Amino acid sequence: MATERPNQLFRNKSSKIAAIPMIVTALFVFVGGTIWTVVYSFTKSGLLPRLNWVGLDQYERLWATRKWLVAIENLVIYGICMLVLVFVIGFILAALIDQKIRFENTVRTIILYPYALSFVVTGLVWQWILNPEFGVESIVRAWGWESFSFDPLYNADIAIYGVLIAGLWQGSGLVMVLMLAGLRGIDQEVWKAARVDGIPTWKTYIFIVIPMMRPVFITTLVLVVTGIVKLYDLIVAQTGGGPGISTEVPAKYVYDMMFQANNLGQGFAASTMMLVTVALIVIPWAILEFGGSKNRG
Amino acid sequence: MNTMNNSVEIKNLDLQFGAVKVLQDLNLDIGKGEFLVLLGSSGCGKSTLLNCIAGLLDVTAGQIHINDTNVTWTEPSERGIGMVFQSYALYPQMTVEGNLSFGLKNAKLPKAEIAKRVKHASEILQIEPLLKRKPAALSGGQRQRVAIGRALVRDVDVFLFDEPLSNLDAKLRADLRVEIKRLHQRLENTMIYVTHDQIEAMTLADRIAIMRGGQIMQLGSPDDIYGRPVNKYVAGFIGSPSMNFFDGAIKGGAFTTGDLTIPLTGYDFASGGAVDGPATLGIRPEHVVTGELVDNAPVKVDVGVELIEPTGSDKLIDCQVAGRHFRVRMDGQADVAVGQKLRIGFDPGRASLFDAATEERL
Amino acid sequence: MADASTNALSGPQGPKPRKMLSRRNIFLYGTLFVITVYYALPLYVMIVTSLKGMPEIRLGNVFSPPVEVTFQPWVKAWSEACTGLTCNGLSTGFWNSVQITIPSVILSIMIASVNGYALANWKFKGADIFFTILIFGAFIPYQVMLYPIVIILREIGLYGSLGGLVLVHTIFGMPILTLLFRNYFTSLPEELFKAARVDGAGFWGIYFRIMVPMSLPIFTVAMILQVTGIWNDFLFGVVYTGPETYPMTVSLNNIVNSTQGVKEYNVNMAATLLTGLVPLLIYFVSGRLFVRGIAAGAVKG
Repeated sequence: MATERPNQLFRNKSSKIAAIPMIVTALFVFVGGTIWTVVYSFTKSGLLPRLNWVGLDQYERLWATRKWLVAIENLVIYGICMLVLVFVIGFILAALIDQKIRFENTVRTIILYPYALSFVVTGLVWQWILNPEFGVESIVRAWGWESFSFDPLYNADIAIYGVLIAGLWQGSGLVMVLMLAGLRGIDQEVWKAARVDGIPTWKTYIFIVIPMMRPVFITTLVLVVTGIVKLYDLIVAQTGGGPGISTEVPAKYVYDMMFQANNLGQGFAASTMMLVTVALIVIPWAILEFGGSKNRG
Repeated sequence: MNTMNNSVEIKNLDLQFGAVKVLQDLNLDIGKGEFLVLLGSSGCGKSTLLNCIAGLLDVTAGQIHINDTNVTWTEPSERGIGMVFQSYALYPQMTVEGNLSFGLKNAKLPKAEIAKRVKHASEILQIEPLLKRKPAALSGGQRQRVAIGRALVRDVDVFLFDEPLSNLDAKLRADLRVEIKRLHQRLENTMIYVTHDQIEAMTLADRIAIMRGGQIMQLGSPDDIYGRPVNKYVAGFIGSPSMNFFDGAIKGGAFTTGDLTIPLTGYDFASGGAVDGPATLGIRPEHVVTGELVDNAPVKVDVGVELIEPTGSDKLIDCQVAGRHFRVRMDGQADVAVGQKLRIGFDPGRASLFDAATEERL
Repeated sequence: MADASTNALSGPQGPKPRKMLSRRNIFLYGTLFVITVYYALPLYVMIVTSLKGMPEIRLGNVFSPPVEVTFQPWVKAWSEACTGLTCNGLSTGFWNSVQITIPSVILSIMIASVNGYALANWKFKGADIFFTILIFGAFIPYQVMLYPIVIILREIGLYGSLGGLVLVHTIFGMPILTLLFRNYFTSLPEELFKAARVDGAGFWGIYFRIMVPMSLPIFTVAMILQVTGIWNDFLFGVVYTGPETYPMTVSLNNIVNSTQGVKEYNVNMAATLLTGLVPLLIYFVSGRLFVRGIAAGAVKG
């Protein structure tokens, strides 16, 4: 690359022309857009973006707003539950399917199809299934358990768990597929060696196979976490943020501020906070994955 | 029957995957302390057989006995075997020490006993300095040594090797081959070794079982297999460069191919005497002599040198004999040139004759 | 040395006997059955609800099968359902989504495949820097870039139009698609590329005559990924289009979650199912390629 040649700029001309859309997108939209938003989060922009600086005022207001605090709390609850459950469910499903079962394709197809559906569809279906008049609650009561109560869409205290059920239903298939790919990538001879060593299956999974799947786990973790932070459509479709503000999430807060409340500054500040959250997760991962030593066999 | 002296016995073993017969009515007795090599090209069933012995595959019919116990239904860990794999199959997240001791810990052996065995194994294999390292930080040869160690600490009588050296480069392969042979001499336990490499098989084995199509073609000592191959397949498979074959016929105690007639005096017929009929004659390139030695050879032919392949220690000469492509091995220092006339000779006593139809040894 | 096989063997022989109904199998298949039912149930609920009349829904529960099958809800969802004041059903949204999806998919795949090809085979100085930024862009929450794009679209006069949304989808499809194509082209034997260069083919010659014909599977994977992704999008649709140009997901949400009037659950479910139909069809038809598409997202560069 570094050899001295005439016409450095025009070498590989077609390639450079072909890369223009990528360069424009990377620089102007991704980098430019991000910087723009961060910069304007320090302004008092309302209906229109304006460069009247107010320092950290927007952030102070943001962290004093109950709706935002609820949104953050919800994201933490949803995020932690989702992470733990989606990994446990996804891995167990993958391990079950990996037992050379019959009907593997059918089972896999059924578990993964929700992932093909949009969050809007997912949210609306579960809104209907969790409907207390006709859904799960009424069925259990009809079975004779009269006092049974499960109405996450009407009970502010547990509303976020109703969303969680839908989110898990939609997303666990993805984790299952990734984990299954990871399991299938394990050298079969390692399993044989463990059998000769007399190690029980569950111990082989925990002490040998799962540690070997570390890269798959990390990549899946990054995918799942970025998905959690982006959580928006599901909330809008399933609960609309309600009842009250009990299922608000940061992404919805941003949208509401920018496009409903004409409070751009708040929207910018809130989205910057989302960016910081993601950066805190992605950057260490990137350093670990790409920056570190490359001697893993 | 001599059951008491056998370490592993395989009786009427069948294995089928769906409709595909991988092993067919296989019988094999392996003596105590014997080094048996299963040799064959890929797909011949040699690894499958080893996996059956290990208990990693369920057999379709037949029995497997190890140390006079019927282990056909026994779990691999309880068969009294240790196994070494081609891909090493080390547990990557554990140190070498962890790899060696994991199975023992799991079997709830006392700590002192585990430590003793790990120490003993690592001394034998000279991997003591590596005990705290992880497999990723080891070279291929070191990894395979650890894998052997993992079989060693199990303190068992039978070792199974599944192409253990195939992932190593040529030089390391030769080094480790010697080490495995030494290990066998020192430990004196039974070893069953699967490979597709005939050099490995010849150098290591007490007996070699040549497999093809799920059956054992020939079972015998390396000398036996090299000198008296039971059929044309074995004859062609063993030996490098491979045997020269002539299609022709036996008539009145001599073999005729094209314009060449070879008297068969001195040939040790498996079936007593020569019977007239079509046959194939095989001569190993290294059994062909040149120079002054030709004078004493029963058969002499004049050939023209077409091509020379020097390998350093040898020179391989390509020529034509009786209208057939023929290879001769000469000394590396031999003074030959392409186009030159050469007088070669060989002894039919060292050749092999096969029936043209059945390809069985005559 | 081979014993005559007439020698009767005694003791265990042949395959280890296994019970069909071993505890392991009961547990394994039982668990899988329950899980499969759980995952399939919502689809079942959607279908049965959409085929029931409202009186029947009020009497029964979400799981009861329809006594009297009616397709009226489907007709209503398609052409009559109301969002606020207008009552055109989902059909407008459907056609909007078609008009958004087709050009977006074509455009984004064209750009990303050429891009991936340039990155794999014609690396120039600095290419990797832009690529890294692009990949990081995939992780930035969209919310951060929402408003700057509003401004860009407004400046070029595409805000609120289908064209604007096509552009947005092309931009946000770029990171993952470029990665997909770059990885695929890198995995092709380099000798092929070198041989073509020795034969005198240039950038575009190699791309059209060698790379594209060899890469039909990956183009299919990319198409599946993009069609489902764009069809299912809600956020960009709601931000960058207006009521006339709303894609299907936005119309669906507006129909179901509009507060006016009586809730018609059967129409809602028919509408939901209609919206989910396109990705579901793609999913069930494409099978393994779909899995490959989502797994591609997890493959590191």
